[in-house]
Amino acid sequence: MNASTLTPLPTLPARPWLKEHSMTLGYLLLFLLLSALVENFFTAANIVGLMLSVAQIGMVACTMMLCLASRDFDLSVGSTIAFAGVLGAIILERSGSLGLALGGGLLAGALIGAANGMLIAYLRVNALIATLATMLMVRGLAFIVSRGQAVGIASEGFIALGDSQLLGLPLPVWTSAACFLVFGVLLNHTVFGRNTLAIGGNPEAARLAGVRVERLRVWIFALQGLVTALAGLILAARITSGQPNSAQGFELDVISACVLGGVSLQGGRARIFGVLIGVLIMGTLENVMNLLDVDAFYQYLMRGLILLAAVLLDQLKTRGGQHG
Amino acid sequence: MSTAVLRFENVSKQFPGVKALDGVSFEAHAGRVHGLLGENGAGKSTLLKMLGGQYRPDGGRLLLNGRPCDFHSAGDAIAAGIAVIHQELQYVAELSVAENVLLGRLPTRFGLVDHAEAQRRVAAQLAAIGIELDPAARLGELSIAQRQMVEICKAVAQDAQVIAFDEPTSSLSHRESEILFRLVHALRAEGRTLIYISHRLEELYALCDSCTIFRDGRKVASHAVMAEVRRERLISDMVGRELSDIYDYRPRPAGQRRLQVHKLRSQALPHGLSFEVRGGEVLGFFGLVGAGRSELMRLLYGADRRRGGQVLLDGAPVSAAGPAAAIAAGIVLCPEDRKEQGLLTQASVAENINISCRRHGLLAGLFLRHRREAALADAFIQRLRIKTPHRRQAVSLLSGGNQQKVILARWLAEPGLKVLILDEPTRGIDVGAKNEIYRLIHEVAARGCCVIVVSSELPEVLGIADRLIVMRDGRISGELPRAQASETAALALALPDPACSDFCD
Repeated sequence: MNASTLTPLPTLPARPWLKEHSMTLGYLLLFLLLSALVENFFTAANIVGLMLSVAQIGMVACTMMLCLASRDFDLSVGSTIAFAGVLGAIILERSGSLGLALGGGLLAGALIGAANGMLIAYLRVNALIATLATMLMVRGLAFIVSRGQAVGIASEGFIALGDSQLLGLPLPVWTSAACFLVFGVLLNHTVFGRNTLAIGGNPEAARLAGVRVERLRVWIFALQGLVTALAGLILAARITSGQPNSAQGFELDVISACVLGGVSLQGGRARIFGVLIGVLIMGTLENVMNLLDVDAFYQYLMRGLILLAAVLLDQLKTRGGQHG
Repeated sequence: MSTAVLRFENVSKQFPGVKALDGVSFEAHAGRVHGLLGENGAGKSTLLKMLGGQYRPDGGRLLLNGRPCDFHSAGDAIAAGIAVIHQELQYVAELSVAENVLLGRLPTRFGLVDHAEAQRRVAAQLAAIGIELDPAARLGELSIAQRQMVEICKAVAQDAQVIAFDEPTSSLSHRESEILFRLVHALRAEGRTLIYISHRLEELYALCDSCTIFRDGRKVASHAVMAEVRRERLISDMVGRELSDIYDYRPRPAGQRRLQVHKLRSQALPHGLSFEVRGGEVLGFFGLVGAGRSELMRLLYGADRRRGGQVLLDGAPVSAAGPAAAIAAGIVLCPEDRKEQGLLTQASVAENINISCRRHGLLAGLFLRHRREAALADAFIQRLRIKTPHRRQAVSLLSGGNQQKVILARWLAEPGLKVLILDEPTRGIDVGAKNEIYRLIHEVAARGCCVIVVSSELPEVLGIADRLIVMRDGRISGELPRAQASETAALALALPDPACSDFCD
């Protein structure tokens, strides 16, 4: 935070530090507690595994954050992951060209996103309905192009996307970190990010202030599609095949992570660091439950409870800020 | 003189960083209207919220019929016989008039709501206070004035002894206000105690028996007989300084023709409207609510779809693509509804000033220059004297006048500004801030820009404009140069002409 250079305006009373960072502190506490109590949790192999397990969610959470911040919603990301993976695998199989496979997958993702954006921005379809429709259609396309079968990947180059290491960390973790960096800068330091928050906060006021609201929405969704497709290709590389039925329910995990990270579903409010913490909380809990051999059925229950708890905490925080 | 029904004794209220009320005392009597005057932030609304049970005083006490009250909730205040008609009305749009009036006390039969009985009761209430409304109509379908009537009917149905009005006419038309005034008189005649807040002095003189003036959370004066207080005295008490002429108009030379609007049409305005504005000229637009003034401004700004016609600025056509294109050409709009159309309410003062921020010098390539943004915001906060503790303050916490200045700052920071359109720039704003906004308008005109001011307050447009255009039913009904512009001349053009109505449409 830089001090005002020009004027002697009094500074704001410092925001209650604890309130601002409650989620981060909560996570740190959880992490320390788990390191002390859960066997095998705080080991290099487990931490790397944890990060790898949330790499896809992390990437897509970055763009989902923009989407939610602009008061929209995207349910189609799970299907896009599957479709991009399957498409990449098929193009690779037919052409043998890594570049074509990746390019094709990414282009398809961006087009799906842009289509979502146009439906929502120009044809004024409710975002929930529009992306629910594309979610079904894209999942259908994934099954159609693969005839319902997993498409195997044999190319070393493609598989390297998923399992090569850099400075001791797997490539997907680096990609995810890069996404957080790029989208953090985009959100906080560009007109694009500023306008995204503006159209989420008050779309009509933003339009009258000169923001090209429709065009911006299309861009946000196109970016979302592009990043999701990249996540899909990386997932396909990791499991060495394009699976048409992969990543079911993925969209809900991503939205949960964003909400845990304090992104407002009413739009206008988002912090990249919060989203990072949200993603880590999701990953850590799943990791620990696996280490403790918690039954998969109970894992669903736990995830739901954690999400509710986080949202209620947030409610209490905002309510505390009002007078009367 | 009657006994005091309501008495505030040394009431204080502290908010973090602000003393909203500081030892305020006054009283109100049965069968009289007591006016509360003061600029925004003077403490009137805090007082009303205390009366309505939303806030509790930190010090002092509130007496009703001589007994101290201690309200913990809005329900307590209602039970004690106090009703507050807030500026932002509280109703359920999906429910009917009858359901809204009786909400929480709906009559039931065999456990089900007895709609016939509810409507019968409310119809009787409405008739008793002389309002014509269908009790079965959904609130969402009514006009703002009618919704307000429902709110007043609710207060009467609750048998409120004290009824307080917070700027009830701020969104009413002339004629709707007249109906409200009649209602206030009727309630007074019934012996109820009325509290009335407004920024319009004419209105206060016409309605109030007595008044109290506030400034910065303190009482400045109480007057037992409002009619005996001179207008200048009221204004200087409110503002704390002498304001000779709040409009600050000085004649100025007319410049070259700059803006030409030729047969502009839209779905809402099918008749094709034409007018011109010179550089350095302030053009006023007057008309009754629904005459099409705001629609014309939105159309000129590209916010609504253009169906035909042309806009020329300095001889070059202005694209109808949308607000972004208008801004690029140098045309900007301060919209009518600050909260809904003007402000990003969750964002800070600085973000609101900088939103149309593709400005020269604020970007380094793709990236925002935060330092420069902050400096620009601070410079405008100082220049327009925006009262805010900091540029990072949430804009929603500012008073109406300061919020309007934030929107003005947004456009004054635009280096290519050529045409400034202001739609109801001083609605709900106190006298001091009004004066500052008028001075800014003159300052912008002096730079050679065209300024268009739309207002429903006739004294205001007559006071600041070089020329007045009057609209009626989506058409321009006449044009008055300043020398010929009078209230009667303007109203004659604005009011529907009975002789013509047989032929038109």
